Amino acid sequence: MSRRTENGLASAAQSVPVVKGDPAVALGLRLLSVGPLLILVLLVTGIALVTPAFLKPINLGNILAQTSVIAIVAMGQQLVILTRGIDLSVGSNLALCTVVGGLAFQATGGTLPVILAMLFTGTLVGAVNGIVYVYGRLPHPFIITLATLSICRGLALALAPGHTTMRGMPDAVAALGSQTLFGLPLGVFVVALVAGLLLILTRYMVAGRWIIAVGGNPQAALGMGIPVKGVLVATYMISGLCAGIGAIVLAGRTDAASPVYGQLLELDTIAAVIIGGASFLGGRGHLGHALIGAVLIGVIRNALNLQNVEVFYQMVAIGVIIVLAVEADVLRSHLEARARVLQARGAA
Amino acid sequence: MTAPVLSIRHAHKRFGAIRALEDVSLDAWPGEVLALLGDNGAGKSTLVKCISGIHALDEGEIRLHGTALSLASPAAARAAGIETVYQDLALFDNLSPAQNFYAGRELSFPAWLPRPLRFLDKAAMKKTAAEVIDRLQVRLPHPDAPVAMMSGGQRQAIAVARATVFARNIVLLDEPTAALGLREARKVLDLIARLKAEGNAVILITHNMEHVTELADRAVVLRQGRKVGELKPDASSKQDLVSLIVGAET
Repeated sequence: MSRRTENGLASAAQSVPVVKGDPAVALGLRLLSVGPLLILVLLVTGIALVTPAFLKPINLGNILAQTSVIAIVAMGQQLVILTRGIDLSVGSNLALCTVVGGLAFQATGGTLPVILAMLFTGTLVGAVNGIVYVYGRLPHPFIITLATLSICRGLALALAPGHTTMRGMPDAVAALGSQTLFGLPLGVFVVALVAGLLLILTRYMVAGRWIIAVGGNPQAALGMGIPVKGVLVATYMISGLCAGIGAIVLAGRTDAASPVYGQLLELDTIAAVIIGGASFLGGRGHLGHALIGAVLIGVIRNALNLQNVEVFYQMVAIGVIIVLAVEADVLRSHLEARARVLQARGAA
Repeated sequence: MTAPVLSIRHAHKRFGAIRALEDVSLDAWPGEVLALLGDNGAGKSTLVKCISGIHALDEGEIRLHGTALSLASPAAARAAGIETVYQDLALFDNLSPAQNFYAGRELSFPAWLPRPLRFLDKAAMKKTAAEVIDRLQVRLPHPDAPVAMMSGGQRQAIAVARATVFARNIVLLDEPTAALGLREARKVLDLIARLKAEGNAVILITHNMEHVTELADRAVVLRQGRKVGELKPDASSKQDLVSLIVGAET
């Protein structure tokens, strides 16, 4: 992520003022702002030196294909976390989307009904999350999205014939897994499409500015006449929609729908957002964080795979990295407070 | 400059058994700083909240240029050209000054789309914000950086500047210097003086008598919800003001 000015997406750390009097604080903030990207570059370089197989096009293609679902859903999760919320339902939602899509395929045999069914299901679950959270006056979205995590998984298992995987997807959807363009899996282009649309929303549209403002100061947003409730519902709907898009990509890649898809996807996406450098307390973060975080998780998993590290230790590794990322966030807040004090002295 | 911008007439406001405002009347004139004084609980903040649309008066009326207003919400007050700078600033830490100025009232296009779906007119917003910041001589070393990184004084200056962009009639300032150090407070006071010089009507709530005698053209003193005095603050009347505030008859 390059430095930008006048940028709705930019985190505070991305346009760090040059702090007079204490270059260490400014340097620390700068390092933290590029930290995740720096780690990604170092990691890729290091792994490539140790394991030459890592850089083979087929392996890189694999990483991107495996990362694309996490990346798409993480971008929705990022918007939710930006508004100081959390969406635990994305994994189950994704499974339910694939099952509804699979049922639509069995019923109609068409492509469009399958795609629309998945997108609609995802958005609907997001709407339920948002509406119950906002109009049910819940203090935090944790509980409602935990509830829909359970509800969606249960519904997906109940709806799937035989409560198990349904083989077969329309050719156009299956192409997402089997076809490549310019040597890249098609899923990567879906990631790019979603990123492009969300970039337009958050950088250039009023609704996106409102999402950022609500994340920055919900109280002030209300006072300034921003329709906070509507903004929050829309944010959860976008997260649900992203789960639906992720469902299309995953169903396409596996040529199947399954009620057991997306297990722990909520953790992967939350981890991606946090590891990528967004604040887990909300108010700060942009799409780049979700994308970098998703790729970081993909690269770490892949590298551990290539080194024949057992999958249990991969889970341990991701957990440790989450702790480090959260600590980096805490350190950043501390340095910013320090920078403010210096700013006040410098301004006098 | 012959008519008051804002007139409060016989304002009453009760919260349960507590009479927060009782028969308060005052006028605010263009190009004038009106200080609103009183001890804690005297009703200053209640009055400001009534003018800025947060509370509705139980009785009495608020007139803008002689016309009675009903201010049902903060949005209605802002639409009427009444801007308020609150103690807690109400800034968005993750937005730049220009973005803060227009938060909730972004300039956007095309007009035929519903507001949330319109595109931001970033260039126009940035230009206006830069002009105001320049005009008010607020110095920001990094005008495009999010305000999270700015000092208390810079943030207060941004909040005051934001109010002046939209205030066509009156700016209310609720203890704008309370959280600031001496030097930063000085800058905000200079800013208020410039608002006045530009012909704005300013209502200033403060506890600081030095600031009152320096800046205010008139001072209205509230005590236990009643207006107990109105006078021109200067060095000689400072003692009278303090007596009015604390209720010691001299």
